[in-house]
Amino acid sequence: MEYFIQLFLGGLTRGSIYALIALGYTMVYGIIELINFAHGEIYTIGAFTALITASVLTLYGFNEISILILASLVAVIYSSAYGFTIEKIAYKPLRHAPRLSPLISAIGMSVFLQNYVLLAQTSDFLPFPGLVPEFQFMKKYEHIFSSTELMIFLTTSVVMIILTLVIKFTKIGKAMRATAQDRKMAMLVGVDVNRIVSITFIIGSALAAIGGVLIASHIGQINFYIGFIAGIKAFTAAVLGGIGSIPGAVLGGFILGWTESFATGYVSSDYEDVFAFALLVLILIFRPAGILGKSKAQKV
Amino acid sequence: MKPVMEIKKLTVDFGGLRAVDHLDLDVKEREILALIGPNGAGKTTLFNCITGIYAPSEGSVFISPPGGGTGTINGLTPNIITRKGITRTFQNIRLFPNMTVLENVMIGRHCRTRARIAGAVFRGKATEREEKATVEHSYHILEKIGISQYVNEFAGNLPYGAQRLLEIARALATEPFLLLLDEPAAGMNPQETGVLDALISKIRDEENIAILLIEHDMRLVMSISDRIAVMDYGKKIAEGTPEEIRNNPVVIKAYLGEEFVA
Amino acid sequence: MRKLSEIKKSFLASIWFMFLTFPIMVIRVNPIEKVVEWRWRNMVFVGVGSFILSFVWRYMIRQKESGLKKNRADDRHKTPFIQRVREERRLFIPLIAVLSVLGVSFPFIFSAYQVNIMTTALMYVVLGLGLNIVVGLAGLLDLGYVAFYAVGAYTYGLLNHHFGLGFWAVLPAGAFMGALFGILLGFPVLRLRGDYLAIVTLGFGEIIRLVLENWNDFSFGPSGIANIDRPSFFGAQLSLQNATVYIYFLMIAIALFTVFVVNRLQNSRIGRAWVALREDEIACEAMGIDKTKTKLSAFALGATWAGMMGVLFAAKTTFINPASFTFLESAIILSIVVLGGMGSITGVIIGAFVLILLPEYLRAFSEYRMLLFGAILVIMMVFRPQGIISNVRRTYKFAGINISGEQSK
Repeated sequence: MEYFIQLFLGGLTRGSIYALIALGYTMVYGIIELINFAHGEIYTIGAFTALITASVLTLYGFNEISILILASLVAVIYSSAYGFTIEKIAYKPLRHAPRLSPLISAIGMSVFLQNYVLLAQTSDFLPFPGLVPEFQFMKKYEHIFSSTELMIFLTTSVVMIILTLVIKFTKIGKAMRATAQDRKMAMLVGVDVNRIVSITFIIGSALAAIGGVLIASHIGQINFYIGFIAGIKAFTAAVLGGIGSIPGAVLGGFILGWTESFATGYVSSDYEDVFAFALLVLILIFRPAGILGKSKAQKV
Repeated sequence: MKPVMEIKKLTVDFGGLRAVDHLDLDVKEREILALIGPNGAGKTTLFNCITGIYAPSEGSVFISPPGGGTGTINGLTPNIITRKGITRTFQNIRLFPNMTVLENVMIGRHCRTRARIAGAVFRGKATEREEKATVEHSYHILEKIGISQYVNEFAGNLPYGAQRLLEIARALATEPFLLLLDEPAAGMNPQETGVLDALISKIRDEENIAILLIEHDMRLVMSISDRIAVMDYGKKIAEGTPEEIRNNPVVIKAYLGEEFVA
Repeated sequence: MRKLSEIKKSFLASIWFMFLTFPIMVIRVNPIEKVVEWRWRNMVFVGVGSFILSFVWRYMIRQKESGLKKNRADDRHKTPFIQRVREERRLFIPLIAVLSVLGVSFPFIFSAYQVNIMTTALMYVVLGLGLNIVVGLAGLLDLGYVAFYAVGAYTYGLLNHHFGLGFWAVLPAGAFMGALFGILLGFPVLRLRGDYLAIVTLGFGEIIRLVLENWNDFSFGPSGIANIDRPSFFGAQLSLQNATVYIYFLMIAIALFTVFVVNRLQNSRIGRAWVALREDEIACEAMGIDKTKTKLSAFALGATWAGMMGVLFAAKTTFINPASFTFLESAIILSIVVLGGMGSITGVIIGAFVLILLPEYLRAFSEYRMLLFGAILVIMMVFRPQGIISNVRRTYKFAGINISGEQSK
């Protein structure tokens, strides 16, 4: 039973991270119908920036809490800046191109960023400092649920509540929903679509950065390739829940997290990544609209 | 004259919206039947349903082609329906822009030819002969439609009117017994519409093809149609000869509103 | 005035990129010795580089936009240079002659090392042409192409290891296995929309690689299969030197065969259906083309070529392991097709030679190879989506109704 709970909680942690990254995919897809392949790399960049910031701050003798906050902040700022820039370079000029073009461009961007991190930093795994402090009250449960895991779950929940509120109640959120429904019409009623797209990329990237920092300090090491795998898995989560749907991304993230956690716990840990990919292939074949997604009739 | 297609109680729902509502319609042999009605009346949806792009929620479409092969076509995929002899053109032109005009028509020949991969690679006698026949036949259609001067142009580069004609040429290449034209005159100038008028009649007369046509250009509709059916809110509200439709108060009301009915 | 604002724009871009690349490019931490390395020189490079590139970028965007405004028809009538060469027999025949002489004499002039590189380039030509059927002609973005390559390689590796089967016996088997996997995967996924198809094929590629990596009993895991036989020459085993030359000529023959087949296919009934499918799926179906069957034929045919090349790859290197079949390999082949020009045979050949030979001969380049490939994908899509050589469709000449279906391309 304890093993089950451990796997359940482990899945919850994983799922939270997938959900955070999946939100970026889903929001971008909802607005410009593009699979932002480079989104996983944004997450890598977030993790690396946090690592670098934390290391520098440690040298200058900052204390733990301020390092955690500053490193996360820098990671969020930089990831957002990257997301913003990528959109301007690789996607914006292709707004009216055939559907395949921005997708190929996105793949190119992903390969480019991966190798940019590889060349500018290192191809080795870097140890990532445990930024999250150990909570006293968690001591008892440490063996099944660590402080970091609790932090991941809490942060994710808070972030998602904020995001939902922003999208539901602010003016920008309203403009985003309008753009997702009908870009042309939104433009006609005075929504600055380019700005909305940029904001979407910035928000999505910030979420990915938070995910990057959290998971890196949980696992304890990073390299240039983490974003690629995490990206595909998060995308799986987004599709699972129904791409374009924000609650769908969260739900998909948790389902994927649990699938992986239980499958590796009870079946085999060798095939950890295979489960996610297999799940992705199966959903796309049998329910491409996802759990919460609606299948749109094609307009002729 | 016997009908080549009978539509019975056809209904199409999109969620809560009923786009076509228990519609009955017959198209007879060698007939030009115009389908008119205000925007959003469900005319294009009806076309999409006949050609297999949408599935009806209720009702049936029954065909009896002159060459035999009667039966319902509900639930068949678009390509099978085309092979059975119903072809269409699209309201918002859907050509293959990066293929030449001739190739666009040759695509129409696809379902009437049979060369496979091995044939294409080894190019035996039969394939060679079939390919030559395809080219000849396609060119012939272009000549008949009157756009053979563009034969090697990319379809995407043609003037608007010529693109509409090319859609008709491509549809004819599939050897239909029933041709569905979705607003063929949209965006054409009066002169081009005149050419189209003559062309549609010519197709009916020479090819022995029944034509079902959606059109908003009333002058064209009145001059070429044998019969006219009027749709509004998914229902057929009137049917008859151009003369009858012109004077039908229900039709006038649907188009212009209550106060115009004298 | 305008110049001033241009400089200002570039200056801002330069500042922005210096800010953007600051943590990753400038700082490097060594976590073991707990030292931080500051590489300020990189910042200068980024600053100057982005200042200049920003001018180039804006200039090219302007070029592209004014190009769009011009009548597209004008553009199409201009025959590109390569096209003109092919049309002019006076130029075309000597060109072919020179290329043949070069091709034949190459292994006798250059070292085995050079011959090996050239063989690799030819392999990528064939892989590119195979993927070109799927992506370029049929418009199906296949990101798991390398999976079929792996299937071919492991078919030969395993059959050779367990049963001692030779290259020539397995070559058709590899092609067949490629096609089989293509059909098995294609059947369920080809109903999917373009971008989903891309992701599923990517996932499939990764699954194949991960299975090869983890299923030790079957595939010998990450350590792979070694000592695979080189192709035999009428039953005789050749020395390493001779085998290199032999494989080179074999590759030339396969490349020529591939060009021949793809060329015939693209102007056939099937090839036209592929292109039509790429252009407009709905119209395609409405014209009586069976979407699934047509997609499947393109997908399987592309996979066949990958399978065949896999066998050759295993025979050439005599050693295979899963690390040779990562997503990056698929990305390289895709770059070749995109750079060369989707749907264009000449383009893909040129693309393969440029992308494979350039990093080999410019050693300084080779480190930045993948960086370059990524950038190429983005830049080509933004500025020249049709590639170096845009796809040209066959034209037919008519004298009245008299057909002389002559190929003038």
